[in-house]
Amino acid sequence: MAAVTEAPPLAPVPAKKPPRKRGRWTPYLLLLPGILWLLVFFALPMVYQASTSVQTGSLEEGYEVTWHFATYWNALSEYWPQFLRSVLYAGTATVLCLLLGYPLAYLIAFRAGRWRNLIMILVIAPFFTSFLIRTLAWKTILADGGPVVGALNSLHVLDVTSWLGITAGDRVLATPLAVVCGLTYNFLPFMILPLYTSLERIDGRLHEAAGDLYARPFTTFRKVTFPLSMPGVVSGTLLTFIPATGDYVNADLLGSTDTRMIGNVIQSQFLRILDYPTAAALSFILMFAILIMVTLYIRKSGTEDLV
Amino acid sequence: MEQYEPDRLSAAQAAAMRRSLRSGRASLTRRSLLRASAGGALAVGGLGALSACGIPPAAKTSGVSSEDHSAKEKTVNFSNWTEYMDVDESEKHHPTLDEFKRRTGITVKYTEDINDNVEFFGKIKPQLAAGQDTGRDLICVTDWLAARLIRFGWVQKLDPSNLPTAYANLSQQFRSPDWDPGRAYSYPWTGISTVIAYNKKALDGVEVKSVSDLLDNPKLKGRVGFLSEMRDSVGMTLLDMGKDPGKFTDDDFDAAIARLQKAVDQGQIRRFTGNDYTSDLTKGDFAACLAWAGDVVQLKADSPDVDFLIPDSGYMTSTDNLLVPNKARHKTNAERLIDYYYEPKPAAQLAAYINYVCPVDGVKAELAKIDEDAANNPLILPDKEMAAKSRAFRSLSSKEETAYEEKFAKLTGA
Repeated sequence: MAAVTEAPPLAPVPAKKPPRKRGRWTPYLLLLPGILWLLVFFALPMVYQASTSVQTGSLEEGYEVTWHFATYWNALSEYWPQFLRSVLYAGTATVLCLLLGYPLAYLIAFRAGRWRNLIMILVIAPFFTSFLIRTLAWKTILADGGPVVGALNSLHVLDVTSWLGITAGDRVLATPLAVVCGLTYNFLPFMILPLYTSLERIDGRLHEAAGDLYARPFTTFRKVTFPLSMPGVVSGTLLTFIPATGDYVNADLLGSTDTRMIGNVIQSQFLRILDYPTAAALSFILMFAILIMVTLYIRKSGTEDLV
Repeated sequence: MEQYEPDRLSAAQAAAMRRSLRSGRASLTRRSLLRASAGGALAVGGLGALSACGIPPAAKTSGVSSEDHSAKEKTVNFSNWTEYMDVDESEKHHPTLDEFKRRTGITVKYTEDINDNVEFFGKIKPQLAAGQDTGRDLICVTDWLAARLIRFGWVQKLDPSNLPTAYANLSQQFRSPDWDPGRAYSYPWTGISTVIAYNKKALDGVEVKSVSDLLDNPKLKGRVGFLSEMRDSVGMTLLDMGKDPGKFTDDDFDAAIARLQKAVDQGQIRRFTGNDYTSDLTKGDFAACLAWAGDVVQLKADSPDVDFLIPDSGYMTSTDNLLVPNKARHKTNAERLIDYYYEPKPAAQLAAYINYVCPVDGVKAELAKIDEDAANNPLILPDKEMAAKSRAFRSLSSKEETAYEEKFAKLTGA
């Protein structure tokens, strides 16, 4: 019989304090600067702006909060064409950026070899000069008497585009085409960089595997490369579309009276007309419109973890 | 088979589970809960915060003069536009400012931080509205903004006893604008004439003599520029329609806007521009446009195709004015600086460099010593005939200003 030997009595557990949970507050402490930053430079201005949008008055008589929500409706019914135009221009520019940027990002990620760094520098280099200078440079490139417009004219491209209503007569400057070109150019790097990072992370062996399974190069791209680059596509389009919608510099310098975007309206309401409530209301409408569009887009594209 | 029993989990497993609850996908509910409660708090607190953020009326802050530290602190902070001060060959020193320091011992802290009237107003508005020091003793802004600052009571009355030279030498033309009768608050730094500029090559023989030609001649379709300054574009149009921009009515204004609108609709006007019209004009994208005379003097020197003309109906003249904001610490020093620039010699040096209309009388001899051409240029020193054609835009009430700017903004598309 296997006698169960009694275990020796356990030594009394020394009354030790449970180990103190160290660093409970550390994460919050580390977050503090970020939270303060958000509070001071995001939350407070938002509250201030929201308040401004429901105020009435003038600079001379002062502004008071009167919960005048009609400002929103008036602003929207007055300036919906500019809203629509902004979305249209920014959307077109984003699509163009994707079409131009994807092949380039692909090239840098997979084919550039030792030229990779050089091409990357070329993509980023325009950032070394000011946004304004880069936009003004387009005025020289697209000047009426310049070679670009001359070539487009002799190829009768401008006849087609002005029939489509995106240019006017024999010129490109001061037309919608010029504004969209400017937007595309200015935001292209914001598309290329996220695309490049997500393409560059794709394991080359996946391509080999696809080849081993008799996928043609195009099928490999369609079934493997493109789906894996989706996070880059989504963040690239967002980084392009959002700032492009609110941009006013391109429309101001390259456009005309019929190409004004919502950014121009907000600027003139805020600085020239001094109608602060309308300017604030327009900003909020723009923000919510973008928020809704972006949410729908992310839902649709099914990419939750953005790069 | 191992069963799921929480108390059998190893410490590491338990920790992993907790982690997943706190920071994984599953945590979403927790996070959204937090978000919801924060949203509730924000909604309650927000309503209170929203109604607490009104802006006090501008008039309440008026009449705040301040202690003058001029005697103790021998400095003056001067904010001006870019390229609005003479420089020597090294482009580092401003000879007239150096001379001022040599004579008075007052150091001028000169900052070129004004690029645009409306932006500058946005920049200084919060401090002035709150009755605080802007850190500037002397600012230079265009007349309509000067008028607004005076109307709001945000600038200080100048002491005439510190400005004897300025009082004596100020040109007749600028002596008593309707927004500052007798120049109690302001003195002009320069005059700005708005004229018609054209590019001979781009014009290609088309004759331009008036604003009507700009608005109506079909040969110039899409190659005409107007200015985004409401007072210049509308003022020139009013003149062309035979009205006086110094005393027009609402109907006159609307008629001028309608005239411009027609040109916009027909595609006659290519763009409304700020200072960037200069590149359009030299490249020939604009065949003709409204332009500021000081720029045209410069442009003519650089590109021979560019020239200007004064319409028979007259031209607009505005001014950039020196003002002392409320709470400025060195008012007397600022006044001495103003007075200094009304001496013929520094005024001539300045005019020779910046090429805008000189508001000082008796400069011709001094200017001729520096630059004979400039002294004979009516755009810099207007002769009698020029001065007679010059008109100023009348001052506007706050209400008019908002209404007119809004109508003009609609015209320009935003």
